Amino acid sequence: MSNKEKPPKKSPTSEPRMESLEIGSALYTTRLTSKFRNRELWQKPDKRIIEAVIPGLIQRIMAKEGDEVAAGTPLLILEAMKMRNEILAPVGGVVRKIHVSEGEMVPKSHLLIEMD
Amino acid sequence: MSSNKKVQELKKRREEVQQGGGEKAIQKQVAMGKLTARERIIKLLDEGSFNEYDMFVEHEARDFGMDRKKLHGDGVIVGTGTIGGRPVCIYAQDFTVAGGSLGFMHARKITKIMDHSLKMRMPLIGINDSGGARIQEGVNSLAGYGEIFFRNTLASGVIPQISVILGPCAGGAVYSPALTDFVFVVDNISKMFITGPEVIKTVLGEDISMEELGGARVHSEITGNAHFFSESEDECFDQIKSLLSYLPWSNTDVPARKEIVEPLEEFNVSEIVPADKRQPYDVRNVIRAVTDGSDFFEIQESWAANMVIGFGTMNGRTIGFVANQPLVLAGVLDVDSSDKAGRFIRYCDAFNIPIVTFVDLPGYLPGVDQEHAGVIRHGAKVLYAYSEATVPKITVIIRKAYGGGYIAMNSRHLRADFVFAWPDAEVAVMGPEGAANIIFRKEIAAAEDPDQMRAQKVQEYKEKFANPYVAAAKGYIDSVIEPWETRKSLLHALDVSGEKSVGMPMKKHGIPPF
Repeated sequence: MSNKEKPPKKSPTSEPRMESLEIGSALYTTRLTSKFRNRELWQKPDKRIIEAVIPGLIQRIMAKEGDEVAAGTPLLILEAMKMRNEILAPVGGVVRKIHVSEGEMVPKSHLLIEMD
Repeated sequence: MSSNKKVQELKKRREEVQQGGGEKAIQKQVAMGKLTARERIIKLLDEGSFNEYDMFVEHEARDFGMDRKKLHGDGVIVGTGTIGGRPVCIYAQDFTVAGGSLGFMHARKITKIMDHSLKMRMPLIGINDSGGARIQEGVNSLAGYGEIFFRNTLASGVIPQISVILGPCAGGAVYSPALTDFVFVVDNISKMFITGPEVIKTVLGEDISMEELGGARVHSEITGNAHFFSESEDECFDQIKSLLSYLPWSNTDVPARKEIVEPLEEFNVSEIVPADKRQPYDVRNVIRAVTDGSDFFEIQESWAANMVIGFGTMNGRTIGFVANQPLVLAGVLDVDSSDKAGRFIRYCDAFNIPIVTFVDLPGYLPGVDQEHAGVIRHGAKVLYAYSEATVPKITVIIRKAYGGGYIAMNSRHLRADFVFAWPDAEVAVMGPEGAANIIFRKEIAAAEDPDQMRAQKVQEYKEKFANPYVAAAKGYIDSVIEPWETRKSLLHALDVSGEKSVGMPMKKHGIPPF
């Protein structure tokens, strides 16, 4: 009933390679997990870069490149989970480039519109 | 006396039910690499010990042509038997019967055996292999799930509850396993998710397979939903039997004593740990150096591997071990490892299992992702669980215990009963490098050679504070011990903690940082 005769199994998550990890100004030799390796590094959000908050369908695009819009102006409609989400201009400015077209399916975080 | 004819009829009825969904459906089950529900129960339980109940239960659905459909056992087999000679309650969903779908009577069979296990104070083992709710039965099927979840919650902390995922377990059905103590998964067979790949594809446009979405590896390595991973159903059943050998049958019971054997010589505790605090080693070998027969039964070994949890025995008694793992992410505390340790500590406390904690950590994992993932509230789970636990709690500080990590890892301040430290142990607000940088910031900046000055100050700090004696002088460490004395000291500490009795303030329940 006891499992003591079994040799210790190698953990599949931790790669055998040793790397350095800095904690409290000291460098530790250790394995990194794939989850740690794949973590998303934080970037300062840029309000002029508009990305899809949810995967979905570009149902309609109201904005045109070169338009000068006020903050809160509806730019396009992203349909997801049976909801038509109006994507509003987060800041006032000029619509520099539209990266999607109507009828396109976009994944989450897909670049939609850049503003100046 | 039953007439021969009546006995023949009973035999015929039994045979019919035991055919499950029939030859074709069974062939399909086998083709998927799965055992049938009945085979699973027979393999898991002691030979000849299975007693089946409710085999003649029939569903009462009328709509969508269900009134003309006969479903043997209504898609689930329930009963009692023994494992290692001790009684257990068990149910196994039969995928060959209407895809193991859960209807009202199917759920009633499960809740009946659940009531039994709670009433009779014995473990409940649920084998899940089901397509989900029986849609033809509508809201009655949802009611069935709800009744199961409610009982899982009532039984939580009273009897061991084990979930075995041997097929699909999707949608609401996943919440029964999630509410139980231990979840077992098998590679390529187990599939657990709330929303399946098809819906995800239609609604969100993300294309992912069942295996990638909620296969056994995903739940063992990424989500932490599963506790035990195996390559085959047979290996899975062996794991369940091993686990049960460490557990008491209820919260008023104590685990069966095992044979007392000295640790194996190959696990020499004095040779496992490098003196350089920045060099890694496998803390599981330190655990094996103190347990009977160097036996360590690890839980969730592939998830949050920077924290090690599991059972072993000392002087024949089950002990729950919690240890920082310097081999992975330098043994830091983070969101996942806090969650893992917190839940295990509460398990041990609920089932009267003493906890031995090995400490060797540099602190918490720095990073925006950790802060934004809520490391504050998740980290608090460890503090809460240790503070609340009233079972014997013993700590061994191996090399370093810094800052909040020192407090969290069952320090004296959270009411550890005994805290031991090895002579190399450093107990301090932070490591010498970080501390010197802050305390001697001005001196270092003003020096002609800042690097040399930093090195000198680190050395000064090390000599003064990087030892166990500052904490021992305050009584925060009870005893500084040589590494080879660890097993001896732990055994004695456990011996004198046998009658531990502490009171907690009266309350309905606390509010742990879920």
